[in-house]
Amino acid sequence: MASIDIIKQDELEHGHDDHHGHDDHDHHGDKYQSGFITHYIFSTDHKMISKQFLITGMFWAVIGALMSLVFRLQLGFPEENMLWLKPILGKWITVSDGIGTLAPDFYYALVTMHGTILVFFVLTAGLSGTFSNLLIPLQIGARDMASGFLNMLSYWFFFLAGTIMFASLFLSTGPFAGGWTAYPPLSALPQAMSGSGAGMTLWAVSLIFFVVSVLLGGMNYITTVLNLRTKGMTMWRLPLTIWAFLVTAILGLLSFPVLVSAIFLLIFDRSLGTSFFLSEIFIQGEALSNVGGSPILYQHLFWFLGHPEVYIIIVPAFGIVSEVMSVHARKPIFGYKAMVLSILAIAILAFIVWAHHMFMSGVNPFIANIFVLFTLIIAVPSAVKVFNWIATLWGGNIRFNTAMLFSIGFVSLFISGGLTGIFLGNSAIDIQLHDTYFVVAHFHIVMGIAAFFGMYAGVYHWFPRLYGRFMNETLGKIHFWGTMIGAYAIFWPMHYLGMAGVPRRYYKFGNFDAFAHFGDMNKFITIAAIIVFFLQVLMLINFFYSIFRGKKQTTLNPYDANTLEWTVPINAGHGNWSGEIPHVHRWAYDYSKGGRNIPQTEPLGDGEQDMGNDHH
Amino acid sequence: MGWMIMGSIALVAIILIQIGRINELAARIRGEEEAQFRSNTFNGGLGVVFMVGFLTFVFASFMYYKNSLLGYGPHTSASIHGTWIDNTFNITMTITMIVFVITHILLFWYAWKYRERAGHAATFYPHNNKLEMIWMGVPAIVMTFLVIGGLSVWNRTMADIPDHWTPVSGLNEIGEEDYIEVEGTGLQWQWILRHPGEDGKLGARYYTEIEPGINPLGQIWTDEKNHDDLQPDKLVLPVNVPVRVRIVAMDVLHNFYLPHFRVKMDAVPGMPTYFVFTPTTTTKEYRQRLKDYPEWQEIADPDDEEKKQRWEVFDYELACAELCGKGHFSMRRVVEVVEQDEYIAWMSEQKSYYSTNIEGTAKDTYKEGVLSDKETEAESEENITKEDAEITDNKLSEAI
Repeated sequence: MASIDIIKQDELEHGHDDHHGHDDHDHHGDKYQSGFITHYIFSTDHKMISKQFLITGMFWAVIGALMSLVFRLQLGFPEENMLWLKPILGKWITVSDGIGTLAPDFYYALVTMHGTILVFFVLTAGLSGTFSNLLIPLQIGARDMASGFLNMLSYWFFFLAGTIMFASLFLSTGPFAGGWTAYPPLSALPQAMSGSGAGMTLWAVSLIFFVVSVLLGGMNYITTVLNLRTKGMTMWRLPLTIWAFLVTAILGLLSFPVLVSAIFLLIFDRSLGTSFFLSEIFIQGEALSNVGGSPILYQHLFWFLGHPEVYIIIVPAFGIVSEVMSVHARKPIFGYKAMVLSILAIAILAFIVWAHHMFMSGVNPFIANIFVLFTLIIAVPSAVKVFNWIATLWGGNIRFNTAMLFSIGFVSLFISGGLTGIFLGNSAIDIQLHDTYFVVAHFHIVMGIAAFFGMYAGVYHWFPRLYGRFMNETLGKIHFWGTMIGAYAIFWPMHYLGMAGVPRRYYKFGNFDAFAHFGDMNKFITIAAIIVFFLQVLMLINFFYSIFRGKKQTTLNPYDANTLEWTVPINAGHGNWSGEIPHVHRWAYDYSKGGRNIPQTEPLGDGEQDMGNDHH
Repeated sequence: MGWMIMGSIALVAIILIQIGRINELAARIRGEEEAQFRSNTFNGGLGVVFMVGFLTFVFASFMYYKNSLLGYGPHTSASIHGTWIDNTFNITMTITMIVFVITHILLFWYAWKYRERAGHAATFYPHNNKLEMIWMGVPAIVMTFLVIGGLSVWNRTMADIPDHWTPVSGLNEIGEEDYIEVEGTGLQWQWILRHPGEDGKLGARYYTEIEPGINPLGQIWTDEKNHDDLQPDKLVLPVNVPVRVRIVAMDVLHNFYLPHFRVKMDAVPGMPTYFVFTPTTTTKEYRQRLKDYPEWQEIADPDDEEKKQRWEVFDYELACAELCGKGHFSMRRVVEVVEQDEYIAWMSEQKSYYSTNIEGTAKDTYKEGVLSDKETEAESEENITKEDAEITDNKLSEAI
């Protein structure tokens, strides 16, 4: 199986002829693949499901980004006439004297939907769903997920969740508008906000189906990684991508059910008259009969998911970036075991830091002592990861393609956004910075843009694995540099807003003298956001154009990579390998070892030690 | 206009796509490997340019916005604990800035230095345990200091008023162990402020007693401590006296946020919270401090005939910092910190809410010496909360 990259064209299409074993599959006559519906819609092939997650994620990313543009226009140009948006937004643009104004209700609906969509539909489903599905079977040497059927259901539950959320955008009372965290009582009382009526009901139902999707997917990922590894693929030989997806799935499996419990209790409070989160409320001229509940209970339940959730978003990006960086630096990832252990450490810490979102929520100040400690400890494994990535670049032979650029960009963003976490995780500083633009800057850089960079690195890198073609590199590099500069242009200035004390989730700043004097900066941010949006459209054009017209993949292993996904025939059918599944003899990172890149399928030489196993 | 913008965007997109196609064709003609080497040099170099530009932008923007930085110039805290917070912030800023600069230089410099090119190869260097221990150990030590420093500030800041201290009105001489307790109630979409009046004590209240316009806070009039309570439209505080703000929400979550004093605490329905702070700078002193900065010398309101500059009309502000519905951005109140004598003068002009709105009307439930059922009920309600959680307001039961 050595030097698999030099093979004849017909072998590319049909796989190796010399490896027919007992589990041969003949894909050209695969009756389960024959129909359009079973191939493209209700597919059980992990590669197709991966594309479904990716393209659905792209759809939601465009919707979420467009929403952000509308509210950025409001923030950057509050005096400007928005009448031109009336054909799209209808009654949410109120008109007086021919001047159209965005309704505050709808501003908050846009902010809320932007957060919900980006966090759950794009950066959870679109990122983890896409790459876990694509890479787990291909990189561990499995023909598919443990259950193709559950995997298909996972996508379709996601689709259902998306459909419900999408429908909520068209309600006459508007979609839910109480922030993506949906804190009660605002989310529990329809009289508190127009979006808290039917909009909140659909939000809650949609998220429950979404969690079903995450759990079905996650069970599958975990089972597949633990049980379906090919011969020789020990845990310590797994590529870091697989470690990342495994840990992500475990995080999701343990934390998402808690969100569902919170949502169910919220639904009870909304519909059945219970008082889990409600107490002593006087609203709209009426004293409600609910007593004894606590809104803070909801916050505990929510952030018990919510904090692991941000790692569910960023950990897959860790894995992708490590893999892409190692391949294109032509060097083993530095400190493989430390990389695995730091992911595990971050994952464990993820479960004991949730209350750092709640320092100013009215919880007993004493508990901050515990949560500050654990939160700042996260900086240690994170620092290890950053230094290991930099050390991976050291001494490399770096191939600057778009995937590699996005990986380097990821490290920059992860540093910038991670360091501001040290401010916010420190409860004393959080007194001033909580719920200001400093927080907005922090999480957008570290888990928004950075996770997007991880996703882009993955899309550019594995595009040939998805479609047998390459994306256009020049457009990719324009996309990278534009986004790198543009993303910082959007979010860096927000730190200053935050330090000045400007609160987030403000429809306009003019009511307060302390917040009103950053008009130029807000204009600048809005213009940068518009430019960055169009750069992402350029990426989408590149993506869809390249599916049909991109440069064809002519060699099986175009990057000279070591992992198993590059032993699969181009445009392979369901089942991946046409012959026997290759066996694994070494870890995934023997790059430039003795001047050679040695694929995982090559047996160890005499006296050669495997870095992944039994070495240290 | 709209079509022209759309058209020009489409045009730019088409041009970019054509450039992309041409470059790819050129690469094929020139030879893939050579094209890759050229791209490596170009993009690696661009990385270094980006790094220099980015760091320059970071420091230039720091200078440009220096007057917004915590603890600097006009943005210095007006409370005691606020300066501790600003110090913690600036220590953290110094440390993280060093890390930020070093890692960014290494990241982009190594990427450039080790770019793929003719005759260059990678080093097989999978790990180095000693190095990894160093870059695990150093952050761990630094974090330990930040945790200890931060928590020491936090625990001092969040400590409640000691039990044996006395709530006072501030009308008479204020002793070492005296404090003023005021109350902020958040509702959609305003703050209602309550001042304890001459007795220094806030009267009992319960949410079922609320009648908008008549009894907006649900005060129980049988409790005499309510009779002198004020509902001023701005929060007036004497300088250098500890203030305990009792924070209450009527309908949904709100957050009592005083940016200049570094005060922020959620208002939670059913669970009063508190924040203790000591203002150190009067509004007048703060205005004098702002006077020297050009951005504060701009005309505050162009329509104003007196052409007052911004520093002249500066006020401390109370805002809401927890999303509470469509009017969240508009919950403004003014906070005024004054000298002790000005404070006494202000107090003497105030009339209590009870005396102006309730006394003698049909709504007046007060009969001297008789406790109504409702008061007993409310009292026990407060006691339950007090026993259940320390964070709830144990000062109130004293006041009752």
